[in-house]
Amino acid sequence: MDTRFHSEQPGVAVDVVRPDELDAVEKRLRRWEGTTLRDSLKKQPESRETFVTTSSAPIDRLYTPLDLRGKDPAETLGVPGEFPYTRGIHPTMYRGRLWTMRMFSGYGSAEDTNRRFKYLIDHGETGLSVAFDMPTLYGYDTDEPEAKGEFGTCGVAVSSLRDMEVLFHGIDIGAVSTSMTINSPASVIWAMYLANAEGRGVPWSGLRGTIQNDILKEYQAQKEWIFPPEPSMRLVVDTFEFGSKEVPQWNTISISGYHIREAGATAVQELAFTLANGFEYVRWGIDRGLRIDDFAPRLSFFFNAHNDLFEEVAKYRAARRIWAREMRDTFGAKNPRSWLLRFHSQTAGVSLTAQQPEVNIVRTAVQALAAVLGGTQSLHTNSYDEAYQVPNEKAVRIALRTQQILAHESGVANTVDPLGGSYFVEALTDRMEKEAYDYFDRIQALGGVIPAIRKGFFQQEIANSAYRYQKEIEDKERVIVGVNEFVVDEPSEVEPLRVTKEMLERQVRRIQKLRKDRDAKKHRKALDALAKACEGDANTMPFILDAVRAGATLGEICDVMREVFGVWEEPLLY
Amino acid sequence: MAKKIRVLMAKPGLDGHDRGAKVVARALRDAGMEVIYTGLRQTPEDIVEAAIQEDVDAIGLSSLSGAHMALFPEVVKLLKKRGAGDIVVVAGGIIPDDDVPRLAKAGIKAVFGPGTPLADIVAFFRSAAK
Repeated sequence: MDTRFHSEQPGVAVDVVRPDELDAVEKRLRRWEGTTLRDSLKKQPESRETFVTTSSAPIDRLYTPLDLRGKDPAETLGVPGEFPYTRGIHPTMYRGRLWTMRMFSGYGSAEDTNRRFKYLIDHGETGLSVAFDMPTLYGYDTDEPEAKGEFGTCGVAVSSLRDMEVLFHGIDIGAVSTSMTINSPASVIWAMYLANAEGRGVPWSGLRGTIQNDILKEYQAQKEWIFPPEPSMRLVVDTFEFGSKEVPQWNTISISGYHIREAGATAVQELAFTLANGFEYVRWGIDRGLRIDDFAPRLSFFFNAHNDLFEEVAKYRAARRIWAREMRDTFGAKNPRSWLLRFHSQTAGVSLTAQQPEVNIVRTAVQALAAVLGGTQSLHTNSYDEAYQVPNEKAVRIALRTQQILAHESGVANTVDPLGGSYFVEALTDRMEKEAYDYFDRIQALGGVIPAIRKGFFQQEIANSAYRYQKEIEDKERVIVGVNEFVVDEPSEVEPLRVTKEMLERQVRRIQKLRKDRDAKKHRKALDALAKACEGDANTMPFILDAVRAGATLGEICDVMREVFGVWEEPLLY
Repeated sequence: MAKKIRVLMAKPGLDGHDRGAKVVARALRDAGMEVIYTGLRQTPEDIVEAAIQEDVDAIGLSSLSGAHMALFPEVVKLLKKRGAGDIVVVAGGIIPDDDVPRLAKAGIKAVFGPGTPLADIVAFFRSAAK
C-alpha cells in the first residue's frame, strides 16, 4: 500500500519561489503599475470595471507569483497520482489511457435505446450511459396514471427486468462499463441490471459501471426524489454494503454536482455542496459499521463542465485536493484509493441555446476542453439540438466527434495537468478551495446536510444564483451569443426526434404480458418479504433482487417502499 | 392603489426542472405581483383547485419534459368546467414549434420558450391580467 506523502519525498520537481525573489517580483510589478500599465490605461481604458467568471466571481487583471505567496507547491500540488492529487489521479493521465467517452442516451422504449447504444458504439463510444424517462426516475411503470404524457421523452422507460434485457440485448455487458442515471429507485434498477447479467451468465464480479444513486442532490437540485431523506440514505448505504461484497468493481454512487450547477448554482456552490454531500455519505457508511476503506474506493463523482474554462479547471483541481485531504485526515481512510476523487463530467446542458442551435457545437467543445484540462475520467458532450429534445443521430455523432478531436487532434492529452503552475489557475484553485470550506462551515452551523435540506438552504442558495444569472443576461451584463447579442431572425432548424404511439404501445404490451405470465404466488411472496425487510433493518438489496427475479415491476417495488417509507414533501420556495 | 395581480406558478406532471419556473416566479414578484408557487408534480386537478382557492388572475405552467400536450390543455378544460375560464393560462419550457399552435387552440394564451426575456413575460402577465 502506498501511503507515502509527497512532502517526505526528495527530488520534488516544482521549485518554491524564494521570498527574496518574490520581493523582486513585487517591486517590478509596482513599477509596471506606475508606468507601463498606467500609460496603457490612459490610452485604452478597460472595457468594464470588473471582470467576472460565469459564476460572477471577480477575476483580476493579472496573476503573478505573489498570488501564491505562502503556498508550498510541493504540498498543495505534489505530483500526479499521489496525495493530494491536485494534478490528477493517475501518474500518466491520458498518456496511459484516454478518458471514457460516454454519451448519456435514452428515449422511447428499450428497443429504441438499444439501437442508439449500438450506433454510438459503432462510432467509437467507449462506455454506455443510460438516461431514464421521468416515470422510471420516479419509480412508476409506463402504464400507471402518473406516467401520463411522460413516456420515453427524457430517456428510456424501464419498468421491469424484461425491459432491461431488451435494453442490453446484443451488448457485451461483461466488457463494457455502464453508467445509469437513476437515484431514488437506484437499487431497483441496479437489481434489474444484476439480474439480467445473472440470466446471461455474466458473473457480477466482472461487472463494471456506476449507478448515480445520489439522493441528497435530488432534494437540493434535480428534484427526482420519492422517499424522505433517512430511508433514502439507508437504501444508498445498502448498495454500498452489498456492492463492496458482491459487485466489487461497481461504483455504487456518483456524487453529483452536475444537477446542482444546472439548477443555477455557481461553480463554488457546485463544488462545496457536492463534497459536503460526499462527506455525508461517508458518515452514513461509517455509522452503519462499514469500514471506510471497504466502500470509499467505489465512491465516484460527477461534475458539470460549464462555459468558463479556467473556473471549471480550478474547480476540478480543488475538488480532488479537498477530497483527498478530508478522506485521509478527517475520516482516517488508509487506502490511497479511498482518497481519489474520480469523476465523470458533462458539458452544461443549461448553456445550450435554442437560438442558432449549431453554435452549441462550439460551446460544447470549449466546455469539453475544460473537463479534459481538469483531468476528467469520463465525459459526455451535449448535442447541439438538446435545448429542444433528446438528440437526433447526427447531432449526437458530432458531439462524440468533438471528444475525439480533443483526444486525437488537439494535443491537450499529451501531458499531465497542462495548466498546473499557471499563476491564475493555481490562485483560482486556492480561492475556490477556501470558499468551499466556508460553505462547509455554514452547512455545519445548520446542523449538517439533511437539516440544511429541510431548511431549504441549498435550494435557496441555488435559486438566488439562478436568478442573479438571469438578471445579468437581462441587463446585458452578460452576453449570451445568439440570445441577447448577435441575434438573427431566422427559424432554428432542428430535425425533430419524436416519441411515437407505437413505442408506447410496445412498452405497455410488454409490461402487461409480464403481469400475466409471472407466477403470482412467487411474486406476492417476494414483495411481502421486501416489505418486511424495509420495515426492519436488513439490507434491502437481496430482497429487491428476489422481487425483480419474480417479475415485480419497478412501480410495484417502489409502491411497497412508498408504503413503508412515506414520501418526501419539499419546502416550497423560489 | 390597484389590486395586485395574482399569479399561480405551477409545475404539472413529473418534470423536476424547476429553475425556469422559479426564476419567472421571482421576476413576477419583483414586478409587484403576488406569486404562489405550487411546487412539483401537480396534476391538472391540483393546479385548478389551487388557482380557484387562491383566486388568481393567471396561471403559468412550466414543463421541460415533453408532457405539455398531455397536461396543459387539461388545465384550461378543467378551469372552464369549474366556471373559472377567465383565468389566463400561459406556458413555458421546452415546447416544440409544432405544438405552439395546438396549445393556442386549446386556450393557452402564450408560450414562452427558452431565451425569452423576463421583461417580455412580465409585460404579458401585466396586460393579460387587466
